[in-house]
Amino acid sequence: MNLFDIIGPVMVGPSSSHTAGAVKIGRVARKLLAEPVQNAKVYFHGSFLATGKGHGTDKALVAGLLGMQVDDPGIPESFAAAERAGMSVTIEGIDLGDAHPNSVKLCLEGVSGKKLEMVAASVGGGQIQVQELDGQSAEFGGDYPTVIVHNVDQPGCVTEVTALLAHSSVNIAAMQLYRASRGGDAVMVIECDREVPEVILNCLGQMNGIKKVTYLTMD
Amino acid sequence: MYKSLEKLCEMEKETGKPFWKIVQEDDCRERGVAEEESFAQMHAMYTAMREADADYDEERRSASGLVGTEAKKMRLARESKNLLCGDFIGKVMEKALRTSESNACMKRIVAAPTAGSCGVVPAVLISLQEEKGFTEEQMTEALYVTAGIGGVIASRAFLAGAAGGCQAEIGSASAMAAGGAVYLLGGDARQIANAAALALKNLLGLACDPVAGLVEVPCVKRNVMGAVNAMTSADLTMAGIMSRIPPDEVIDAMRSIGRCMHEDLRETGKGGLAGTPTGVKIREQMAGM
Repeated sequence: MNLFDIIGPVMVGPSSSHTAGAVKIGRVARKLLAEPVQNAKVYFHGSFLATGKGHGTDKALVAGLLGMQVDDPGIPESFAAAERAGMSVTIEGIDLGDAHPNSVKLCLEGVSGKKLEMVAASVGGGQIQVQELDGQSAEFGGDYPTVIVHNVDQPGCVTEVTALLAHSSVNIAAMQLYRASRGGDAVMVIECDREVPEVILNCLGQMNGIKKVTYLTMD
Repeated sequence: MYKSLEKLCEMEKETGKPFWKIVQEDDCRERGVAEEESFAQMHAMYTAMREADADYDEERRSASGLVGTEAKKMRLARESKNLLCGDFIGKVMEKALRTSESNACMKRIVAAPTAGSCGVVPAVLISLQEEKGFTEEQMTEALYVTAGIGGVIASRAFLAGAAGGCQAEIGSASAMAAGGAVYLLGGDARQIANAAALALKNLLGLACDPVAGLVEVPCVKRNVMGAVNAMTSADLTMAGIMSRIPPDEVIDAMRSIGRCMHEDLRETGKGGLAGTPTGVKIREQMAGM
C-alpha cells in the first residue's frame, strides 16, 4: 500500500471492491489470454452475485475483458462496446463453495481459439487475487509482471526456470509452487520486479517438462 | 507510510519541515520517485477531484434509483438563501452530494480513502479553494496532509467498512479532510493532528449498514455529515480547543471498536439500516431486478 492507495485510485464508481476490482480481474484475464476475447462465460459467486447488478460488477468485468482501465468512462456502456468488438458474453451465477465472497469464475476463448479458465476474487480496496488458473491453484495479485508455468512435477524444473530468468537479469519478487500430486501436474507462480523478455518466455515454453507458460504483463 | 501522528508532529518540530513535506519525502523514498513526480501525481489527484465535481449530472439517478438528483435540491435550497447553516457550509454539503452521487451513478471519482467516502475530502478542499482562493500548490500540499493522516489510520487501524464499519470510511475521510482544512488555515502539525482527532472522535462506532449492500443508502448522505464534521473540527482546532485524548490513541480506539463490531455492521448489508423492514424490502426488490 502506498500514499496513492489512500488518495486514489481515480476510478469509476460505485465500489472499489465490486467495480474497480471487477475491472481489474477482467483486465488481468484478458492479458493472461494474450489475445482479444471472442467468447466469455462469466460465473459470479457470493456477494458478486447478490449485489453485483447494483454495483455494475457485470459491466465492470466486461470492461476489463475489453482491456479498459478502472477509470475508463466507457465502463457503464461496456456491453455495447463488447458487441461492437464482436465479443460474446454470457453471465450466470455459481456456487464456488467457501471461496471469497467476491469471487468470479471466467471461461475465456480468444480470437485464435486460445482458452483460459480463471477463478479470482476482489479482496478489498480494488486489490484482487487470482486463485486458480486452468483448474490449478495459482495465487497472485496481478500487481507485478507474473509468469505462470504449468509443468510436470519432476526434479530440476524450478532450477531451470529460475536460472533462465536470472540469465536475463529478472529479479524474482515472490514465487509459489503448487502440485496436484507427486509426479503429476505442478504450477509455478513467479512474480518479477521487471518485465520478462518475450524470447525468454518462448524458451521457457520449449523446455522439457513444461506444458504451458502464461504471462501477465504490466504494459 | 508513517504509523503515528505524534511521530509526524515530532518530525515537524525537529526538522522544521512542514507536515506535508515529511509525508511527500516518505512517498518518494517508498516508491523511489523524484519529488517533482510525486507532486505532479498528487496534483493530478486534486485535478481529478475537481473534474468529478464538475462532471456531476443533476438529472441522473443510480441503477437502483435509490440516489441521484439530491445535489440539485441542495443547490436550489442554497439559491433560496434560507439555509440554517449558511451559504458556505451549504456549498460544502452540495459538493459532498455531487461527488458521492456521481460515484453511485458509475461516474469517475477519486477514492479518498474509499469510493464510498469519496465526497468528503473534495467537498472540504474544493469549497475552501473557491471561497479563499488558495493556489494549486497549496491545495496539492493539503492533499498530502490528508493522505498522510489516512496513511497513519491505515497503519494503525483500517480504512475499509468491511474491516471496521463506517467509522473507518467516513470517519477516516472526515479526519483527513479536517487536517487538510487546518493546514490551509495555517495550522501546524499538532493542530492538523488535533483536527483529525476531533473529527474521528465524533464518528467512532459508526456502523457500515448499506441498504441492499449498495454504496448508496446511507453512504451518500453520510458524506455530507463527514464533510461538515471536518469543517467544525477545523474551526474548533483553530479556536484552540484541543482533544483530551491524543490523536494516535483516538485511532487506536477506532480499531478496538471496529474489532468489537458484529459482522452484520461491517458492509454485509445485513444489520442496522439494511436490516430495517424498509431496508429488507428494498433488497428484495433489487434481487428481482
